[in-house]
Amino acid sequence: MILSVDGLAFDYRSTPALSDVRFALGRNEVLSILGPNGVGKTTLLKCINTILTPKNGAILIDGREVLALNRVEIAREIGYVPQRCETGRLTVFDAILLGRRPHIRWNISENDLKVVDAAIRRLNLEALSLRYIDEISGGELQKVSVARAFVQEPRLLLLDEPTSSLDLKNQLDILRIVREAVREQPVSAVMTMHDLNLALRYSDGFIFLKEGTIFAAGGSEVVTPAMLREVYGVHVIVERHKGIPVVIPLEEGSG
Amino acid sequence: MHVADGEISRAYLRYTGRKIAFLCAGCVVLFLLLVTAVSVGAVTIPFLDVILIFSGQGDTVTWHAIVWNIRLPQALAAVIAGAGLAVAGVVMQSILRNPLGSPFTLGISNAAAFGAALAVIVFGAGEMTSTLTDAVVINNPYLTSCAAFLCCMVATAVILAIAHLRTASPEVMVLAGVALSSLFSAGTMFLQYFADDTQLAAVVFWTFGDVGRAGWTEIWIMGIFVAASCIYFILNAWNYNAVDVGDEAAKGLGVNVSRLRLVGMVVASLVSAMTVAFLGIIGFVGLVCPHMVRRLIGDDHRYLIPGSCLAGAILLLAADTAARLVVAPNLLPVAVLTAFIGAPMFIYLLFRGYRR
Repeated sequence: MILSVDGLAFDYRSTPALSDVRFALGRNEVLSILGPNGVGKTTLLKCINTILTPKNGAILIDGREVLALNRVEIAREIGYVPQRCETGRLTVFDAILLGRRPHIRWNISENDLKVVDAAIRRLNLEALSLRYIDEISGGELQKVSVARAFVQEPRLLLLDEPTSSLDLKNQLDILRIVREAVREQPVSAVMTMHDLNLALRYSDGFIFLKEGTIFAAGGSEVVTPAMLREVYGVHVIVERHKGIPVVIPLEEGSG
Repeated sequence: MHVADGEISRAYLRYTGRKIAFLCAGCVVLFLLLVTAVSVGAVTIPFLDVILIFSGQGDTVTWHAIVWNIRLPQALAAVIAGAGLAVAGVVMQSILRNPLGSPFTLGISNAAAFGAALAVIVFGAGEMTSTLTDAVVINNPYLTSCAAFLCCMVATAVILAIAHLRTASPEVMVLAGVALSSLFSAGTMFLQYFADDTQLAAVVFWTFGDVGRAGWTEIWIMGIFVAASCIYFILNAWNYNAVDVGDEAAKGLGVNVSRLRLVGMVVASLVSAMTVAFLGIIGFVGLVCPHMVRRLIGDDHRYLIPGSCLAGAILLLAADTAARLVVAPNLLPVAVLTAFIGAPMFIYLLFRGYRR
């Protein structure tokens, strides 16, 4: 197990946001956290790399307790791609090189430059590498964020809604790149998603959150109309297309 | 990542090489300007003689005195104060995520001036003397700078509290700076009301920053503080870059953002307090220099911080040299000139719509 979360709870001030969340993630797996808005998906991600400090619970990464590690040690284990990234007059290359920060002691090494170059190739950003990040599109910026997390060389990637505000092509690109990386490298990924069908297509496991706790978890077999009605309050049918389930929402009253 | 399929990007090395060349050019310009600043004035000293005197081989006694006792201290004070104010500005802009941040616009300079006035009037740390070259004498530089620093900390605490509220836009921060400036100016005026003539003259003098009033002791103290803080800021350059891409991304990269912010603001305020306590308020250097450098070499703090130091030193030294020449034989406080350059730039930044 690369990641195991047990009994995780978190309160925003005195309002409970998460309670008794437990799950585990194996090597080379992509896990999607799903559920309606405000259910605590992003909170859960931020608890895993302790941007938010959980009220109680254990988070083990490769058997080590994350809460006992310092920030830099966590950054070497866990790469985080936030929902939104600020821009500035920083070049794409430098913005990605930033991902090496947890590994840099005094100055960047040749190895750092090579890793960044490999990430730029992988995400097809070669043509943009010396452009400023405030001059590139939202999709390109998201790729820069993902590349930054890649060069961190973490064992776990956390992606907070990596496809929000992207067009169809970029959504597919990002998820394909993440899945390829997870297949080829010693890394696993946890991502929060809104789009059920994209999640179904690119993930190995699913967690559905309802009212701050896990309602359903497992492989694609847990995605049933009854479960989705409970979680989202929407009537759907689930068809299979080439073995992958496809969720089709029904109009109000027509189910 | 597969390191095997990565190679060192030549284009990137050329790109960073250009930035290093820019910094080297800045050093050369600064040195030439320093020699010029020392050579021009009521008595013109030829360039070569200035360089000879620098290297300890000057033979003319009169020039020796002019260089070591008058012009070099003034020029060095301008270099150190300019570098310190500019580096304080660039760091404040980064950690407050606010392009309008600088010691002056956030009211920290005025707070320091109030603290210095408090030390002079209430604790009698300075007095006005009748000599023309060195009108204000600080009897106790430690007391004055401590008082300036403590008042800076009050202003800094207010600014940090406002920055902590998520909704604080750049405009709100600058307005808070205006409020703080007014408050501390009012405090200074209150003190002036109870001051005797010599103290009053000393305090008024403070509100016009002038690099000519620093002696070698002040230069050493300022120099050590500015150099130490520059080293601290340069060591943290990667962290400031990380904060630039967002607090959460920075935390994900292992940056302790709240500590970085707190220590950065305290160190930047200390540098500002030091310059104000010894030289008076010199506005806009901390605002203008980082923006000039940003336009030339971008926001990468590895180069932006040293670049801003150089730009600040060059700007203040050039402004001071010009101020000495413009109304010769009278001397104009350099703060008047930096305000003439800085205020239009500030308005331009407001109108152009800053990035971020």
